[in-house]
Amino acid sequence: MAASESTDLFELRRRPPQEKLVDQGFRQLSIVLASLVGLVLLGILLTVLSGSREAMARFGLRFLVISDWDPAGDTYGAFTAIYGTIVTSILALVIAVPLGVGTAIFITENLIPLRVRQVLGIMVELLAAIPSVVLGLWAIFVMEPFIRPGLDVLHQFLGWLPFFSTVPLGPGMAPAILILVVMILPIITAISRDSLQQVPPELRQAAYGVGTTRWGAILQVMLPAAVSGITGGVMLALGRAMGETMAVTMIIGNSNNFSWSLLAPGNTISSMLANQFGEADGFQVSALMYAAFVLMLLTLLVNVLAQWIVRRLSLKYS
Amino acid sequence: MALSATPAPGSTSLGRSLHFRASLPRNRWNSFFSLLAAFFAVIAVIPLVLVLAYVLIKGGSLISAQLLTDLPPPPGLDGGGIGNAILGTVVVTLIASLVAIPVGVGGGIYLAEYSRSGWFAQFVRFGTNVLAGVPSIICGVFIYGLVVSTRIFFGQSYSAMAGGIALSVLMLPTVIKTTDEALKLVPQELRWGAIGIGASRFVTITRITLPAAFTPIATGVVLGIARAAGETAPLIFTALFSPFWPEGVFNPIATMSVLIFNFAIMPYEAQNALAWAASFVLVVMILGANLFARWVGRFTRA
Repeated sequence: MAASESTDLFELRRRPPQEKLVDQGFRQLSIVLASLVGLVLLGILLTVLSGSREAMARFGLRFLVISDWDPAGDTYGAFTAIYGTIVTSILALVIAVPLGVGTAIFITENLIPLRVRQVLGIMVELLAAIPSVVLGLWAIFVMEPFIRPGLDVLHQFLGWLPFFSTVPLGPGMAPAILILVVMILPIITAISRDSLQQVPPELRQAAYGVGTTRWGAILQVMLPAAVSGITGGVMLALGRAMGETMAVTMIIGNSNNFSWSLLAPGNTISSMLANQFGEADGFQVSALMYAAFVLMLLTLLVNVLAQWIVRRLSLKYS
Repeated sequence: MALSATPAPGSTSLGRSLHFRASLPRNRWNSFFSLLAAFFAVIAVIPLVLVLAYVLIKGGSLISAQLLTDLPPPPGLDGGGIGNAILGTVVVTLIASLVAIPVGVGGGIYLAEYSRSGWFAQFVRFGTNVLAGVPSIICGVFIYGLVVSTRIFFGQSYSAMAGGIALSVLMLPTVIKTTDEALKLVPQELRWGAIGIGASRFVTITRITLPAAFTPIATGVVLGIARAAGETAPLIFTALFSPFWPEGVFNPIATMSVLIFNFAIMPYEAQNALAWAASFVLVVMILGANLFARWVGRFTRA
């Protein structure tokens, strides 16, 4: 009698078959949806590769080092665009890293009231939300005319260097670099701030305990402890800068003629794609796809490296 | 002499004073670096202030009912508006959301609920990060090759549909990541409780975990939509542009971002003015969505 009572109390609910079916189906569905990410990546790779087959067969690796881009004569070389992509993104990074890390330190330290720091942080993050095309519009009509006198001075005094050898006449690599700085600054600041906040407070207290100053602690304890996260963020920003399209397209001048000068109009791979893809046909599409493939490889490399750095060098203190 | 290296307690004449002296080099450097950091922070904020000021003043002064509802004028003529572009942006973003949200939330559910480790989950996480780093213009090239050049939609090449799909590729990683992160924040006890009273896995997820994680997911999705609405590069050669009202989703469609791009580089003042006006509408929409998401997000942690 007692035994039957206990089974009445704790009888396992029998799962109806349709419930099991729904459970199974839902699981399968979520697996299918998750695997779409892989399919999309594979699709991107295959599309770009198969589109660029013709150009690859015809130009091979010479495509990377010759700089004539001539749709009329059907000869294509992407060196101008590759040079533009790498130079603009690296120089933008060189300017943006000190600015971004400095800002991140400023809004994690208690130099000014918390409210002001929070507002500063939100403002930098909102900067990332401004569409690139709006920044491009602003760059064309406001920033470029404003900085041109400064670029003129650069040309007058440093014109003997090949990098400043042309008279700035409007759109060019230099304004493109500056607008890229604006676009990647929020990424660097946000990630540096997160990395700095993750450094355990004990480290800082220990540094103060042995008698250092605030900046002694920041430069020799906090930054070295946060360096992996910051480096990862910088690499992500580099990837973003390489692929950034609209603002750069609108301000870089889109010239296919190669020039070492930063004051001359130039081109990046993404701005070349944005400009020519809509009107291209035949073999030019294939050449553009080849350029897109190069861009994809570059950004892929940088992004995978960023993830690897973050994972490999991640905080030893957490 | 050796004794003077260890001064007696309380003596300050032999050892260093512990009082703060501003003239010490290290304290000077300290103030210098603080000022430098403040200077950098100000420089970082200046572009936002300047861009917002120009867009709000130059664009805001042009806003009128006519501007929001009219078609853009032919090149070189005055007047007109950006009505078709506003509608087009809504249509394209809607298509992108309809594709990306179910797929992204489903993928996020898989990552958070079904597989916390294992090679497949790791691969999906890695793939999501890689996809997030793919330049937006490459997404445009992909959809161009997949949809536009193959003409799979009733033989149409450029179409709103293609543009929407291209944007959905951009949104997908954001949605997956936010869903994954949001579901991980749901306490494990809630799931155990549901399973304990005999709920199936499906019911647990759809009735317990998803509603519990609704706010952060919605926040992330709103941010993703705002980002997609401002994207231009993937639309230039998928949705293309149209100076007319949208003729269904299988035809080229105007969007605000492409309108800004096209009209900014035209040598006509009327078109440039429309570009500023469209920037105003776009920036207000996107910043509004961002601030709204931020405001909603405050309730999550409470």
